[in-house]
Amino acid sequence: MKRVVYLDNSATTEPCQKAIQNINHALTDVWGNPSSLYDLGFNAQMLVDDTRKSVATMLKCREDEIYFMGSGTEANNTAITGAVMSRKKRGKRIVTTAIEHPSVLETIKRLEDDGFEVVYLKPQENGEISVDDLRAAINKDTIFVSIMLVNNETGAIQPVKAASDAIKAVSSPALLHCDGVQAFGKMPINLSELGVDLFTASGHKIHGPKGVGVLYIKKGITIKPLISGGGQEKNMRSGTESVPLIYGLKGAIESLGNINENIKKQKELWLYAKNSLLDTNLVVVNSYNDVLPYILNVSVEGYRSETLLHFLEAEGIYVSSGSACAKGEGSYVLKEMGFSRNRVDSALRISFSNNTTKEEIDALKTALISATQKLRRSVK
Amino acid sequence: MKEIILIKDGELALKGLNRRNFEDKMVATIRRRLKGLGKVSVERAQSTIYIKPVDDDFDFAEALDRMGRIFGIAAFSRACVCDKNIDDILSKAPEYLADTMKSIKTFKVEAKRADKAFPLKSPEICREVGGALLRAFPHLRVDVHNPDEVITVEVRDYAAYIRAGQIKGAGGLPVGTAGRAQVLISGGIDSPVAAYTMAKRGLVLNAIHFASPPYTSVRAEQKVRDLLSRVARYSGVIKLAIVPFTEIQEEIGKHCPEDYFTLIMRRMMMRIACRVSESDGCLGLITGESLGQVASQTLPAIAATDEVCTMPVLRPLIGMDKEEIIAISKKIDAFDISILPYEDCCTVFTPKHPHTKPKKGQCELAEEKLDIEPLIERAISGIEYSYIE
Repeated sequence: MKRVVYLDNSATTEPCQKAIQNINHALTDVWGNPSSLYDLGFNAQMLVDDTRKSVATMLKCREDEIYFMGSGTEANNTAITGAVMSRKKRGKRIVTTAIEHPSVLETIKRLEDDGFEVVYLKPQENGEISVDDLRAAINKDTIFVSIMLVNNETGAIQPVKAASDAIKAVSSPALLHCDGVQAFGKMPINLSELGVDLFTASGHKIHGPKGVGVLYIKKGITIKPLISGGGQEKNMRSGTESVPLIYGLKGAIESLGNINENIKKQKELWLYAKNSLLDTNLVVVNSYNDVLPYILNVSVEGYRSETLLHFLEAEGIYVSSGSACAKGEGSYVLKEMGFSRNRVDSALRISFSNNTTKEEIDALKTALISATQKLRRSVK
Repeated sequence: MKEIILIKDGELALKGLNRRNFEDKMVATIRRRLKGLGKVSVERAQSTIYIKPVDDDFDFAEALDRMGRIFGIAAFSRACVCDKNIDDILSKAPEYLADTMKSIKTFKVEAKRADKAFPLKSPEICREVGGALLRAFPHLRVDVHNPDEVITVEVRDYAAYIRAGQIKGAGGLPVGTAGRAQVLISGGIDSPVAAYTMAKRGLVLNAIHFASPPYTSVRAEQKVRDLLSRVARYSGVIKLAIVPFTEIQEEIGKHCPEDYFTLIMRRMMMRIACRVSESDGCLGLITGESLGQVASQTLPAIAATDEVCTMPVLRPLIGMDKEEIIAISKKIDAFDISILPYEDCCTVFTPKHPHTKPKKGQCELAEEKLDIEPLIERAISGIEYSYIE
């Protein structure tokens, strides 16, 4: 059996025991339709509502502000399309960043095709959007702003609160959406203070199952759903609820432990990883020091990401590259940050979980050194 | 109504003494391709092959589909089976041909009477059937010179058959009548098209692919298998050899001048391909090269690679434009797979300024420091074989 050093937790995570137990329980014992009027249905509805309570407690918001969807992507689509459509009579401008996840960018691009004016804010060298740029872009004509909390490629934390302040400062009718998929469960989030109207999270990034997403809609905000039908989730997402997956999410949340302590530990590990890799003199670091310490983006200059990825794979070590293929489709996020073509083509994203150990980082370091000794440099 | 499929040989009809052998191969292929669709009988009479379903649940539509992908068949058609009397023919013809007749304006009837004992002569058959169709479809006219459709009535030993027009077949020569050749398959657009084109001329295909993990990925390999699957629908089973090429690429990178990388790499591939071909009973190689498409496909570059070959290299696309190649790729359903972005011949080793017109002897000089023989042997000993259907 090959060893597994899994360092791609921003892509997905290994489901935890409690999540799996919960899923099994729902599949085996509580399989009724939550909408049914008899006890079998009621019990299934309970599992969904229990999870809703867990999520609301964690995000410090009201239970009736939490809606379950099929994925983070679906939640983003619902939030963005719903919000823009509900405000379209009051303006034409959408403000977002050039480093959003495709589920945000693609949805906004479609709206752009329909005639909305979109401002794509570029990141600074540190991967963060500048607050001044935000303030300059948000005007009275702005009806929607979407800015992620943590960038999935670099880990850079974005000035979401500043966006909220900027909207209030110009009395803009804009709704503020925040894609929190990479932040959820990894840093303390207080939605009643963050100032957002819409917030997205996903289950499979925190050791929960794939197939469950969360959308927070602030009380008082009304948006139209994407999917019509039986009216589940207060009509925000029709379709029989995915009880096992939703209940699995509850198991994952319960297994998180103390988020503040986790993040302290992670910071240590992150610094250890960064320094170990810098020690090799083969690596440059693309993530600045104050990123969320679960993500570390580096470049092993002279070696193509995908080649390194496969080499590491053969050693049982799993990381992510920004490029989809050797045809040169590097990470657009890194490109926007202004990094050179070489640096982008050789970028690796290392993402930790609460279970990552120093030994695993050592294994990565050893393997990277070995890779540069064995592999041919890409001819540039 | 009972239906059969009628197949006419195309080029086959011209082959004289070879005819029997070609026909045998084609019938064997037809039988093989019809497997799994239900009980069926395949018979020959003169230059026609009859496919007669025995079961009612025979998958007729799928059979027709598959006939369209058998080389050697110029044209084929579906025909209605009638009893050998004019009444049955006249009662079935209008119903069977309804869809066709409604969509055309002019037609003519041709009759073939293999059974001379049949009471009506051919011209009489034509008149009767023509009359029945005119009565059933009043908008029609008979045009014996330039009809929209030709309705054929064939009276054979045990039954009569009515059909309208023909479906164009895949053409070419039956697979197996030209021997066996090995195609160098990359994941690109060209090599699958080259494979298909040569299978069309009767060659059984082996394939050889060069993989360089970790520079190339498992997905690239899967892409090659998927492409060969598309070709195999026409050519039959393909034996695939995957050659571990990483060491050779790295050695070339270490010991050869940069602008010769691609040329040397191709020469090594050809050397290996020739050896594998010989031991697998292939008489030639096939590549997807087209003149001038990329730097390594100039005449001098092709000469440099041919230099190391010990058997003929067939390049069916050599004179074709990219658009023509793409059209064939789309026809055989390979295009969407070909353009998936998983690189096979890795671009890690592509020189910035590849040599496009190597002079004689220059490649040998560039290869001097390579320990060629052991490299080839190690690569060949690591080959993994599989069969693609």
